[in-house]
Amino acid sequence: MPINYYIFLSVALFAIGIVGVLTRRNAIIIFMCIELMLNAVNLLLVAFSKMHHLKAYALNHTTTVGTEAQLFVFFIMVVAAAEVTVGLAIIVMLYRNIHSVDINFLNRLKH
Amino acid sequence: MTIIEILFWFLSALALFGALMVVFSKNPVHSVLWLIVVFFAISGHYIVLNAQFLAIVNLIVYAGAIMVLFLFVIMLMNMNTESEPQKSKWLRMAAALSGGSLMLILVAALKDNTSKVTGMFTAEANIGLIKNLGKVLFTDYVVPFEISSVLFLSAIVGAVILGKKENSTTHS
Repeated sequence: MPINYYIFLSVALFAIGIVGVLTRRNAIIIFMCIELMLNAVNLLLVAFSKMHHLKAYALNHTTTVGTEAQLFVFFIMVVAAAEVTVGLAIIVMLYRNIHSVDINFLNRLKH
Repeated sequence: MTIIEILFWFLSALALFGALMVVFSKNPVHSVLWLIVVFFAISGHYIVLNAQFLAIVNLIVYAGAIMVLFLFVIMLMNMNTESEPQKSKWLRMAAALSGGSLMLILVAALKDNTSKVTGMFTAEANIGLIKNLGKVLFTDYVVPFEISSVLFLSAIVGAVILGKKENSTTHS
């Protein structure tokens, strides 16, 4: 399986996430699209890890090259989990104050 | 067509269709359910790429914990399709155009690549197992691991402070 296919899949998922962020006005949907973009990046990191590992394995059969990328994915997941808790708390607070999650109502900094 | 190619095309189609449905569903609950489908497809990709530990963690953390949190918040807010605000037609068209052109540019920039990603459950690929990942995580990457625990602690404190009622400090 060429690495190209994984690159195209990840780019497509990332672009769909960007279109969602730009298109929707519901704050929760926007947040979910950001999660989608994070997952597209994770998928590409894992694919690159596998590619790198196969190239190193051809030279040395006991290599563990490629582990770092998978640990980066692990740390991205950790940061995403922390981000989701704080972000959803902010959205809940927003809903309690303005009784809506429409981001077009969030223009108070303008006035 | 080998079994890996069949799995790749099936999981890719599932992921892309689910992602499109996340963006275009009117009901936020349906968006969450389609996002869970996307996460399952991505976990399948991880298994094909010999990242078994990450596949399980992806399922537990994303599909299990984060999506349940999203569902809780959506059901707490009692949102339905009628109250869903819509952007204007021109703005949506501009958004689709900019996202599509970004995809076009990235694909055009990265298409000249000939490396291969092959193999599934082959003997060479055990870097995705817990033994190897844990060894590296607790030797080379132990400082980021500890820092992430501090990050979690601050996230907990921040969520509690943000989620607290405003007037609860008056009687304390």
